[in-house]
Amino acid sequence: MATHCPYCALQCGMVLREEADTVSVLPRDFPTNRGGLCQKGWTSTDLLGHPERLTSPLLRDPASGELRPASWDAALDRIATGLRDVRERHGRDAVAVFGGGGLTNEKAYALGRFARVVLGTRFIDYNGRFCMSSAAAAGMRAFGVDRGLPFPLSDLGRADTLLLVGANPAETMPPLMRWLTEQRERGGKLIVVDPRVTATARQADLHLQPLPGTDLAVASALLHIALTEGYVDGDYIATRTTGFPAVRRTVAGWWPARAEALSGVPVADLEETARALGTAERAIILTARGAEQHAKGVDTVTGFVNLALALGLPGRPGSGYGCLTGQGNGQGGREHGQKADQLPGYRRIDDLQARAHVARVWGVSADELPGPGVPAYQLLDSLGTDQGPRALLVFGSNPVVSAPRAARVEGRLRDLDLLVVADFLLSETAALADVVLPTAQWAEEDGTMTNLEGRVLRRRALRPPPPDVRTDLEILTALSARLRPSVRQSPDDPRSVFAELRRASAGGIADYAGISWERIDATDGVFWPCPDGDGPDSPRMFTDRFATADGRARFHPVEHRPAVEEVCADYPLHFTTGRVLAQYQSGTQTRRVAALRRAAPEAFVELHPDLAERLGVADGVPVRVASRRGEFQAPARLSPNIRPDTVFAPFHWGGRARANSVTNDAVDPISGMPEFKICAVRVEKA
Amino acid sequence: MTGYSERVVVVGNGMAGARVAAELHARGDDLKVTVLGAEPHPAYNRIMLSTLLTGKIGEADVELAEVVGRGVDLRTGVTVSAIDRATGQVRTTDGDRIRYDHLVLATGSQAVVPALPGLDPGRLPARVVPFRTLDDCRRILALAATARRALVLGGGLLGLEAARGLALRGLDVGVVHRVPYLMDRQLDPTAGAILAGTLADLGVTTHLAVEPTAVHADAAGVRLDLADGRSLDADLLVLACGVRPDTALATAAGLAVDRGVLVDDRLRTSDPRISAIGDCAEHDGTLTGLVAPAWAQARVVAQVVTGQDPLARFRPRPSVTRLKASGIDLAAMGDPTSGPGEELTFADPARGTYARLRIHDERLAAAILLGDNPAVGTVIQLFDRGHPVPSDRRALLLGRAIGGAVTASAPSPALMPDAAVVCQCNSVSKGALVRCWRDGARTVDAVVAGTRAGTGCGGCRDAVAGIVDWLSKTDPVEVGR
Repeated sequence: MATHCPYCALQCGMVLREEADTVSVLPRDFPTNRGGLCQKGWTSTDLLGHPERLTSPLLRDPASGELRPASWDAALDRIATGLRDVRERHGRDAVAVFGGGGLTNEKAYALGRFARVVLGTRFIDYNGRFCMSSAAAAGMRAFGVDRGLPFPLSDLGRADTLLLVGANPAETMPPLMRWLTEQRERGGKLIVVDPRVTATARQADLHLQPLPGTDLAVASALLHIALTEGYVDGDYIATRTTGFPAVRRTVAGWWPARAEALSGVPVADLEETARALGTAERAIILTARGAEQHAKGVDTVTGFVNLALALGLPGRPGSGYGCLTGQGNGQGGREHGQKADQLPGYRRIDDLQARAHVARVWGVSADELPGPGVPAYQLLDSLGTDQGPRALLVFGSNPVVSAPRAARVEGRLRDLDLLVVADFLLSETAALADVVLPTAQWAEEDGTMTNLEGRVLRRRALRPPPPDVRTDLEILTALSARLRPSVRQSPDDPRSVFAELRRASAGGIADYAGISWERIDATDGVFWPCPDGDGPDSPRMFTDRFATADGRARFHPVEHRPAVEEVCADYPLHFTTGRVLAQYQSGTQTRRVAALRRAAPEAFVELHPDLAERLGVADGVPVRVASRRGEFQAPARLSPNIRPDTVFAPFHWGGRARANSVTNDAVDPISGMPEFKICAVRVEKA
Repeated sequence: MTGYSERVVVVGNGMAGARVAAELHARGDDLKVTVLGAEPHPAYNRIMLSTLLTGKIGEADVELAEVVGRGVDLRTGVTVSAIDRATGQVRTTDGDRIRYDHLVLATGSQAVVPALPGLDPGRLPARVVPFRTLDDCRRILALAATARRALVLGGGLLGLEAARGLALRGLDVGVVHRVPYLMDRQLDPTAGAILAGTLADLGVTTHLAVEPTAVHADAAGVRLDLADGRSLDADLLVLACGVRPDTALATAAGLAVDRGVLVDDRLRTSDPRISAIGDCAEHDGTLTGLVAPAWAQARVVAQVVTGQDPLARFRPRPSVTRLKASGIDLAAMGDPTSGPGEELTFADPARGTYARLRIHDERLAAAILLGDNPAVGTVIQLFDRGHPVPSDRRALLLGRAIGGAVTASAPSPALMPDAAVVCQCNSVSKGALVRCWRDGARTVDAVVAGTRAGTGCGGCRDAVAGIVDWLSKTDPVEVGR
C-alpha cells in the first residue's frame, strides 16, 4: 500500500505492508524523499497496535473524577447535551473548536464546515498558528498567496546559493537533507542562520549565529549590503514589484555594523552572505520556525522576502523564497477553513463573495455564516472566562504541551464547562477532557495531505480502524446529526468530502477544483492551484505574475524591534526552543514509540560549558529553568554549540519537563504567532 | 495631555533630529511635531556618505525613512535664526515664527577647518572641501570626476573613510596626519602601522607625524605645504580634521553651553522646555559624535516629552568604532593600552591581523581588532552587553571557538567506540553496524537494509561504507571462518 509518512510536512513516500500481526514500512522513491526515511517514519506503524491506544470512548465519571470507558451513544449524547446547554446559556460563540495541522484536507475542511454550519460559532482556530502562520501572513501580503514552497523541492538541489534561516532540517525533516547534499556536491553554497550550531549548521559552508530575536536586523543588513554592492535587480523591481523606495529608505538605516552589534554576526559574514545570494544564478532563501515564532515573526519573514524580491528571486526559475512548513498537513490545514478568518480555498471569511460561494456549496444562507474568530492563543486564553467560550472540541492537537505559557492554558482548559478531545492516544490535553473520543490513525483512513511544496498527496487506508474506533469525519457527522439534523449533512466518507472541498475551493486562492484522487495517484501528487481537471497544475508559481490584483509583488518596510521580553538581572539568559530528531511536536505519538524513546528518552537543557561552569552545573545534572511565567526541569546537556548567553530546550515533553511552561505568550500582531523562540529565563541547579 | 507637551519643534533633520521625530510620532498620538531641517534634502544616513564617494550607490540610496503622517510637519531647507524662550517660539530666516511647548535641538556639528594660511573658514577655495554633509559629498564627487590625485587632511576615522572611497574611484590618495599613527584616538601604534599597510595595498599613501603649514589653491590644483619642508600636490583636498558641535543657536538663546549644549540625564538643557541631543549636546562632559548614543538620546527625549516614561534617563554606553569596507576590517572599543586586568595580544602583520584585548573581572574592558577576525561580532557584543568572556580566551583572539563549529573528520572505524552513533537519523551505532555484519550482511546495501543506517538524510553513507570496508578487511569473524 503506497502512502506517506504520518508525521512532518515532507510527507515522505512509504509503502506499508501487512505481515501476519505486524505492519512493516518500506521506503518509497517519491520525488520528495527519494527513498529516504528517518527513524520516525520507519517506526510509524508501532502505534497501530500500541497497548496505550484508545479503543473506546471515555467519559469523566462525576463521582470519581476519572475517565471511564463508555459507549459511543453515551459519549455523543453527553457532548450534544453539553453543547446544547452551553449554547442555550451563553450563545453560539460559547462553543469553540481547536483543530490541527496534522488533519487531512478532508478533515480540516469538515471541521471548518462543522464549526460554521452546525455549531454556528466564529471561534475555530488550530495549532497551525504555532507553526507557520507568520510566514503565511508575510507571503500573503507580499505575493498575494501563501504556499510554503512556490517551487518543487528539487529546486533546492540545483541552487547555487541556499540560505536557511532558523531551519534545522537535519533534525526536523532529515530526508530533505538529500537535496542539500546534492546542492553542495554540485558546488552550491549552503548558508545557515541559527543561534545554535545545529546538525544543519554543521554542514553549512557559512554559519551565521545571531543572538535570538535579531534575524530581522540580519535581513535588513543583507539588503543594505545588496544595495551598496549593486546586487539588487533594478529591472525586476521596476517591472514586477511595488513599494521598493520605502524599503530602501528603511534599510538605509541598517548599515552592517549596526546589525553586527545587535546580532553578533560579523560584518564580513553578512557581506559574504549578501554576495553569495546576490551573485548566484540560482539563489533560494528559506525561513522556518526559528525566524517565524516571534512577536515580530511576520516582519522578520517580510525582511527576508524583501531581500529575495530586491534580488529578483521569486518567480525566477530555480530561485525564490519559501517557508519550510512543519506539520504534516500544515499547508492544507491552513487552506480549507479551520483558520479563524478563513473559508475553504484560502478565502477570507469577511469577503462577501467568498461567503456567498461557500454558503451555496454548504446549502445554507450566507447570512448565517459567522464572522472571523480569533487566533489560537487568544482563543485558548479566553476559554472558561466570562467573555470566552465555555465548551471546546479539540481534534488533532495537544495544546497542554504545545501552547505557550502552557500552565495558563492548562488552567483555562480546566475552567471549561465541557472539554471534548478526539485523539488516538491519551494526550496531556485528552487527560483533562470530559469526553475523549478514540479516532482512527493515519494508516486506517483515506484522504489527502498537502505537503510543504503545495503538492496534494494521497493518504491511503491499509486497514480499517479497530472495532470501537471511529474516524474524525464519522464523529463530525454523528455530532452534526444530533445537533443540527435539519441542515444538509456532510458526508462521512473522505472521497465525497474531497469532492465537496473541490467545489468549495473553486475560484479561491488555493483552488483544488481540478484535483481528483485519481489524478493525484497518476502523477505523484498535484500542485495547487489547479482550477481545471484537464488543465495544468502549478509546480512553479510567480513565473509570470504574482497573485495580487495588479500581478506585482509588494514590498513592505519593516523595522527590527527588541524581543517582547529582553534579559534582565533576574532573568539574565535568552531561552529558545526547538525539536530533536527522534521526537515530534508534543510527543504524544513519538514518546510512546520504544525505539524513539531510546534515542531521545527525555527533555534536556542545552547550555554552553562556560555558562554551566558559572552556574556550577555539570553535564546531566537536573536544572530548573524559570521565567516570569513558570518553570520546568530537565537535565543539563553541556554543548559548545550554543551561545553562552542562550539556553535551549526541546518542547516535546509535558509535565515537569514542559519547556512551554516558561515560553512567552506575547503574539505577533498580524499572524497571532506566539513568541516561542525567545524569552528571558534564569537557570539554576534543581 | 496634562503636563506634557503638545507642540514639539525639532531643530535639525539629521540622524538625531529625524530619529527623535520618529520616536515622538510613534508615542504621541496627539502630538504635533515640526521638524526644521536646514539642509534642503530629505533625511539621509551620514554613515553612508563614504560609500556614496565610492560611486557604488546613488543619492537615493542614502535617504532614510521619513516620519510621515498626521501631526508631523517636516520642513527641509528651513534655517532657524533664533530661539525666543520668553514667548516659546523659534524664528526662521524666512521670517516665520513657530511656537513650541517643547523644543529639541539636534543641530549636529560642523566640520573643523584648521587654522592654516590659505584656508578661510568662510570662503574655502573651490578645490578644498570638508567631508561632512551631502552637499560636501556632491562637491567632492564633482571634483573627483576630473581629478587624478586627492589629499585628505586628517587620519582619523572620517578621513580614512574618505580616503578609501576616493581610492576605490581610482584616485591616487594621500592622507596627512599630525600624529605618528593613524586613528590615534582608537588605536595603538602597532595597530596604526598595520592599518597603514592595509591602506597602502588599497592605493592610499600615508604621511604621518607631520604638521601641515599652508594651503595654496587655484583653479589648476591645490598644494599642501608640510612642516618637514615637503609640498604635496593634488587636484582636491578633503578636510577631515574633526567636528565641532553647532551651538550657535543655543548660545545666542542664553542656554548653558560649554563645548556642546549642556544637558542632564533627561537631555534637558538649562531651560527645561528645551532638550538637546546628538552631536550638539554635551552630557556629563562628553560629546558623542556617534549615531548609537544619539539614537538612545532621541528615545529618552521621546519617552520623557510624551510622558510615556517620565523617569527615562540617558545612560551612556561605551562606544565601538567600526570600520569595515573593502579590505579594511577594524573594530576598536575602550582603551586596551592601560587599565587593570589581563591583556591579550595577537599580531600577524604580514596578513594585516592584530588583536589586543583587555579583560578585567571576566569582562571585556577594551579591544582593538584589525584584519579578518571571525570573533569580531562576539567581541563587540561582549563589550556592549558586559557579558562574561569565554574561559578559552583564544576564541576571542583568533576567531571561532576552539573545538567549536568545525566539521570534524570522521574518526577511523577502528578507533570509533561501539556506542558512537554513525547514523543520527535512525540512531544506528557503530556497534549495531558491526552486529549486522556479523549476522551475515556483507555489502553496504545489506548493512543499510539491516540497520536503516543512511536511509534518512543520507549523510552517513560514506561512514557506513567505510565501516563495512574496514570490517571486510579486518573482522576476525570473517577471518576465522
